[in-house]
Amino acid sequence: MRYLPLTDADRQAMLARIGVDHIDALFADAPRDKLLAKPVDLPHARSEIEVERIIGRMAAQNVSASSAPFFVGAGAYKHHIPATVDHLIQRSEFLTSYTPYQPEIAQGTLQYLFEFQTQVAALTGMDVANASMYDGSTGAGEAVLMAHRVTRRNKAVLSGGLHPHYVDVVKTLSHMAGDEVVALRPDVSATEDILAAIDDSVSCVVVQTPDVFGNLRDLSAIAEKAHKHGALLIAVFTEAMSLGLVAPPGAMGADIVVGEGQSIGNGLNFGGPYVGLFAANQKYLRQMPGRLCGQTVDAEGKRGFVLTLSTREQHIRREKATSNICTNSGLCVLAFTIHLSLLGQTGLKRIAETNHANAVALAEMIEAEKIAGILNESFFNEFTIRVKGNAAAVIEKMAATGVMGGVPVSRLLPGAGLDDLIVVANTEVNTDEDRAAFVDALKGAL
Amino acid sequence: MLNNQGRPTQPAANDAGAMHATFTGNRALMQEEPLLFEIGRADVSGVDAPAPKAVASRLGAHARQGEIGLPGLSEPEAMRHYVRLSQKNYGIDTGLFPLGSCTMKHNPRLNEKMARLPGLGDIHPLQPVSTVQGALALMQELSRWLLAFTNMEAVALSPKAGAHGELCGMMAIKAAIAARGESATRTVVLVPDSAHGTNPATAALIGFSVKPVPARADGRVHIEDVTPLLGPDVAAIMLTNPNTCGLFESQIQDIADAVHAAGGYFYCDGANFNAIVGKIRPGDLGVDAMHINLHKTFSTPHGGGGPGAGPVVLSKRLAAYAPVPFVTRDGERLTLVEHADGESFGRMTAFHGQMGMYARALSYMLSHGADGCRQASEDAVLNANYIRACLADVMSQPFGERPCMHEALFDDHWLKDTGVTTLDVAKAMIDEGYHPMTIYFPLVAHGAMLIEPTESESKASLDLFIATMRDLAFAAKRGDVERFSGAPYHAPRRRLDETRAARAPVLKWTAPAPIEPAQKAAE
Repeated sequence: MRYLPLTDADRQAMLARIGVDHIDALFADAPRDKLLAKPVDLPHARSEIEVERIIGRMAAQNVSASSAPFFVGAGAYKHHIPATVDHLIQRSEFLTSYTPYQPEIAQGTLQYLFEFQTQVAALTGMDVANASMYDGSTGAGEAVLMAHRVTRRNKAVLSGGLHPHYVDVVKTLSHMAGDEVVALRPDVSATEDILAAIDDSVSCVVVQTPDVFGNLRDLSAIAEKAHKHGALLIAVFTEAMSLGLVAPPGAMGADIVVGEGQSIGNGLNFGGPYVGLFAANQKYLRQMPGRLCGQTVDAEGKRGFVLTLSTREQHIRREKATSNICTNSGLCVLAFTIHLSLLGQTGLKRIAETNHANAVALAEMIEAEKIAGILNESFFNEFTIRVKGNAAAVIEKMAATGVMGGVPVSRLLPGAGLDDLIVVANTEVNTDEDRAAFVDALKGAL
Repeated sequence: MLNNQGRPTQPAANDAGAMHATFTGNRALMQEEPLLFEIGRADVSGVDAPAPKAVASRLGAHARQGEIGLPGLSEPEAMRHYVRLSQKNYGIDTGLFPLGSCTMKHNPRLNEKMARLPGLGDIHPLQPVSTVQGALALMQELSRWLLAFTNMEAVALSPKAGAHGELCGMMAIKAAIAARGESATRTVVLVPDSAHGTNPATAALIGFSVKPVPARADGRVHIEDVTPLLGPDVAAIMLTNPNTCGLFESQIQDIADAVHAAGGYFYCDGANFNAIVGKIRPGDLGVDAMHINLHKTFSTPHGGGGPGAGPVVLSKRLAAYAPVPFVTRDGERLTLVEHADGESFGRMTAFHGQMGMYARALSYMLSHGADGCRQASEDAVLNANYIRACLADVMSQPFGERPCMHEALFDDHWLKDTGVTTLDVAKAMIDEGYHPMTIYFPLVAHGAMLIEPTESESKASLDLFIATMRDLAFAAKRGDVERFSGAPYHAPRRRLDETRAARAPVLKWTAPAPIEPAQKAAE
């Protein structure tokens, strides 16, 4: 077996040194009758070629985003990733290192975490950011729990524009923790009255912009009313690229910002691994979940970095910790921060502008052809269209012609009476030919 | 001695080089690297992007005002910045990484290659299921392997890490208790003192109260300590097996039976499953739920602290409560169930979990096969016991001379009166070119040193490590304290001031204040 360096002679010599004559003597504490006498009933070891063949066959059954005109978004986005990013994250010293518990030999990881925290704070317009969460949705769940700790209340109000999977994650966690959730009805055109739901019993309001239907939302009035009632505003985004062009949540009064960072540096990967961005106002720092990297000096006075404020965390506080989280999304953080370092604000803005322009171009084509109605007053790179007929069937028909047309809203919200809506995303990777193919495929599917 | 260019190969004074500092602060291959914000510039970008189309904006009143404040790097600058940072890190590929309880085994690059196939790495979680049949097949195949290794009823793949898997398992238990109408009464979860901190944190997060089970002098949980705590108020026990002391819980079946008889569930922390894959199936021991850290047992890279993956296997008693999504077969076609109805307790995360990790873990499993996975566990246990046996005369074991599983636990009794601490030993190991073992965990051993070599080490590598540890042990005992107390001397950084970091946290870079003209003139 190519991964196992011990030879049978080594094994015998080592058993002799230990003073036993059989490996099972080392398993003596396990119940004798439960110890398996032979390998379980699964195939035996295979060569690289064989494994590549098996997994390659599975991969070949799927249609990859790069191989088709691709307009699928709703929480995960197809963007271009510079070749440098994937090369660098596969450096052995990054890929095969552990959580930086020994900072003297983990300054590489710690420095990029510190740089990442700085970038996320700037991008979101917030005071402090942590070293990341699993993804945007679990970050949203943690943000709600954090708001409950800060306000000592336990009722969260969720906007009808929040991604339905995020709603489900928050509901599941809250239900289990015994907290209350008020989830507003799906709000396709950003006209819901969130303000009416805010009173002195509310811990936090969770609002997404761009929302799941693509609408851009101004959060200022919500922040103002929330603060008047002692509640926090949690702003959510699922498209990090939007922050290159639209007003950051920090400028609109958000207290906590959580978002999905996949769009920058990370591939689609069928939904994971992704990277949750988490930022907050300075005054809530000690209630934040997750890891934090801080600056300090070493014994010679040189600048260095360490994980810090760990007294919030489970390995110190056990059942009194701010969260049970024991990891971040290290390598996805690295991909994010490398890509963003390459972009800089100049590149980020430019790519974001291209996203917006491409989406507008597609919207104009759809409007000119009158094949569907666009429901958005405003959007960044994603909008919702209303089609005649069943949207899921339309998407399947488009897929049959080789065009990935978007996400039928019924996939996210079955039974909500929104069966004629499609969320359509457009990024910098989409070409004029892609858009023409979209229009043709949609016409053909209607 | 002259070399072939006629230059002397011996410096004039042998130690001169070690004495003087360099002008740059660099030490040959060890390069100082400024922060991105100190070398980047706001008007530089390492990405060439064509000009956007001219369109009428539809941003409405939502456009960003002002600068973001993010510098950019050209591509060569970025490459050098991150390569230099990488060189300040220790990884498995650098050397032996015996970090107990973390399982730093070899990360095969085939697995990276598989996860990056466009048909797996470049597919969207919400594209039509008809276009991702192979991805669903991969998830099913992974599930089949996990169930065969554990002999359990069902698996929830979506949890994103070990602690997230714990949360999933405990939520399933909470849902099952609710279905029995016992939510109000079954509110206690038993957690041994030796457990990972995530166990009590997880239980508390979803409203259970945590009751500790005392640790015994032999490092195990005893049925006599569990039985008195059992009653109609107990929802579950969370037990790690093999436990955090590196020992197999020898009374695990009796404990499982007693907990079941009292109406509770048995959550097994599967962090150390890598010791027993193909040797023992948790389902045969009475386990109701167990998470499996794919990043440990099945070697998906740790990546400097994630991403991980923590699928949870469930017993018959809990299977119905599994979260969405899950894959089912509908004739020829595979489908995804994405919405909870019936008994499913809900959703742990957006989309379908860590697909990138599923692909890597399956690649690992297919490569090893049932026989190789079993051999890997045996070798991991053999390597740990070899280290234990070879260090037993110079270091001390808290629970006496007895076999361990995949990791060997020592305490600091052997350092008594030397003036050297466990931390000092760890830092001295850094100077010797090793990543330290896990220290001060588990808490039940004084000054704990938990050594997990994994199956990836050759005998020669283990022998060298053992010789180094023996040298260090002798040095400590003969009073060579400075070697330890000031260590590391040779790492990119000396010991870092963690107290200072926590007292006045600096969590992001801020631009230095501009120098005042008066001050400038004075200079």
